[in-house]
Amino acid sequence: MDLGYGSEYENYREQVRDFLRGHWPPAGASPDQVGAEQTRNFRRAAIDAGYLYRGIPRRYGGSEQQPDILAAQIIREEFSAARAPMELTGQGPQMVAPTLLEWGSEWQKDHFIRKAIEGEHVWCQGYSEPGAGSDLASLRTTGELRDGEWSIHGQKIWTTHWRRAHYMFALVRTEPEADKHAGISYLLLTMDQPGVEVRPLKQITGDSEFAEVFLDGARTPEDWIVGQRGEGWQVSRSLLRHERNMIGSADRSAGLFRSLLRLARKVQIDGRPAILDGQVREALANIHGYVETQRCSSYVQLTRELKGHDPGILPMLNKINDTHIGQEVAKLAQRLLGTESALAPRGQPEGTTSGNEKWTNQFMGSLGMAIAGGTSNIQRNIIAERGLGLPRDRAADREA
Amino acid sequence: MNFDLSDDQRLLEETVDNFLARECPMTRVREVFDGDTGYDETLWRGLAEMNVLGLHLPEEFGGAGLELLDLAVVAEVMGRRATPGPFFEHALAALAIDRAGSDDQRKTWLPRLASGDTRATFAIAESAGPRESWRPEEWQLGSARELSGEKRFVPYAKGADLIVVGLEGGDLGLVESAAAGLEIQRLDGLDRTRRLDVVRFDATPCEPLPQGARVSAQVIDAGLVLLAADAHGGGMACVEASVEYAKTREQFGVKIGSFQALKHQLADMAVEIHPTRGLVWYAAHAFDHLPLEAPAAAANAKAHLTDRFVDVARRSVEAHGGIGYTWDCDLQFWLKRSLFDWSILGDPPLHRRRSADLLGW
Repeated sequence: MDLGYGSEYENYREQVRDFLRGHWPPAGASPDQVGAEQTRNFRRAAIDAGYLYRGIPRRYGGSEQQPDILAAQIIREEFSAARAPMELTGQGPQMVAPTLLEWGSEWQKDHFIRKAIEGEHVWCQGYSEPGAGSDLASLRTTGELRDGEWSIHGQKIWTTHWRRAHYMFALVRTEPEADKHAGISYLLLTMDQPGVEVRPLKQITGDSEFAEVFLDGARTPEDWIVGQRGEGWQVSRSLLRHERNMIGSADRSAGLFRSLLRLARKVQIDGRPAILDGQVREALANIHGYVETQRCSSYVQLTRELKGHDPGILPMLNKINDTHIGQEVAKLAQRLLGTESALAPRGQPEGTTSGNEKWTNQFMGSLGMAIAGGTSNIQRNIIAERGLGLPRDRAADREA
Repeated sequence: MNFDLSDDQRLLEETVDNFLARECPMTRVREVFDGDTGYDETLWRGLAEMNVLGLHLPEEFGGAGLELLDLAVVAEVMGRRATPGPFFEHALAALAIDRAGSDDQRKTWLPRLASGDTRATFAIAESAGPRESWRPEEWQLGSARELSGEKRFVPYAKGADLIVVGLEGGDLGLVESAAAGLEIQRLDGLDRTRRLDVVRFDATPCEPLPQGARVSAQVIDAGLVLLAADAHGGGMACVEASVEYAKTREQFGVKIGSFQALKHQLADMAVEIHPTRGLVWYAAHAFDHLPLEAPAAAANAKAHLTDRFVDVARRSVEAHGGIGYTWDCDLQFWLKRSLFDWSILGDPPLHRRRSADLLGW
């Protein structure tokens, strides 16, 4: 067993560090106060050096590197230690770009990928509908080809990034006669047009990250379909894989746990830091057991991927375990906050609270983890059927 | 980055597993479970022949010169197969003598322990009200050359030729079974695959291990890792048995595994136990190579794994319905084993408090 990366990779790490020393923070700036232009320039330099958008060809704005999981891991570690910006997050870079690489036409790739990863185009997702959540393939938004254009009618929901989005990628039923899954196509459309109306949803936190999008005769050119007619379901499956990777991260759980430790050091119980309280220590160590389990399990998964071995059931368990950690952290934070758990996360009059009430946002957010990107119950179905080999759900059987 | 078993370790795992499948199938586990001694001489000899007993001991003394991780691989297989009889306490006693013994003591005992000709156990717990004193700093048994007092929850003291005893100040000493004033009484343990005894000393001669105080905590750390490995194996066996049952048992005209309620129960069991294998490996690897991290990693693995094992074992009984609650159902072996793993060498709350201290919180 060897948790090191080997001398070849440690040399690579030194290269990454040299690059960061030369480029971040930009001359004359502190890492907390870097302008947008400087950040853009830094990303360009990092792409030139082969550190960002490694899976995307140079001609679409990426750095076109051979896949190398360890190099990617070292880049993440070093960039994060230097607090340097990594790839842009959001639907464009993380979902549209990889999907178009796999399924898009030459024109689509040329036109959309570079602008998606540079953030010039912001994308949003049109998948879920009021009547199609976990059973996404039952979606009813229709697309009809008329005079070289798709005309789209229906309603999408849980659309994030709606405020700034220029484009939407949507699942639309274009083959009404075909079977459930085979009737769906994957269409791209502009948001700024008369047939698209966005209504923000106010969520449990009071924020409006999500919106409903009403499509009432929205139009898009015939060749803005990704894949063939009726292939939309397969095209979208490659997307969900990317998203699961985004959510199931042992690193993120470890970071959340470190924040909880800081809270326990800050909050007082009986006149001394809560972290010195025996019950709090035990509760922290209990969560630490899960956090360490995920860390070690991610080493196993990384190793198996490096060797080309099957990681088996392990990747299917990440999301539920990370969700569990988020929820346990929320419960302990609530205990640490005490009465201030009753406060909204912000908007308190100056000087009236400790400021710790912002943790109530994590309390809410941890519930979102169990829902977004495939609910925990859907994850359990997947684990039971694909991981443990139990009989398929009869309802799903009828459709598939 | 290579966080997985080596080919040699996989071969070891397979060899031990094949041996146990042949020599100790569930029918044999049950015979030993129901028997008086909880000991199977054939099994012991077989383990010795594979050099499992000396896996972690130096080659010059007949061992295989391997590490705790290799021993943990074996412990996991034994947990999975609910293998009855002495094992981990023998390994700990040998480790204690290897690390704390004089040249003479090592030369005398290690070859016999590796070959299994001498059977040893590790006696540390003392009574301290409702909770036992498992930790070296709590031991009170006098460290003179004659011992008087009591050690509790000692695995297989009956039948052992040699007892490594925890002494005041965290020291360690050797007591031979023929020694004067030694009295051993068997407890009626739940887990009949691993028997427990009370050992009483009355002016019993004891030979100190010179470096005992320096290594006693390390030896216990090794034990924590081995119990965690056993718990992983046992937990996996519970999930596998429950999944198998769900695939064969029929009610309402279908396999019960097609019901979503049961699927979710089984999925939750898998979520609990499958990812923990890496935690055991990490603790073993830390013991072998990362000494600064080892104590916290061992405490964490023991606390987390044995809690998970108890949890999964309970749920597996539930998933089996009425049959799971019978003496005839094999699940009882793991359910009871889980309580042994949970309590011996200190329970999870103790190790969580230690882990918080060790991590400097």
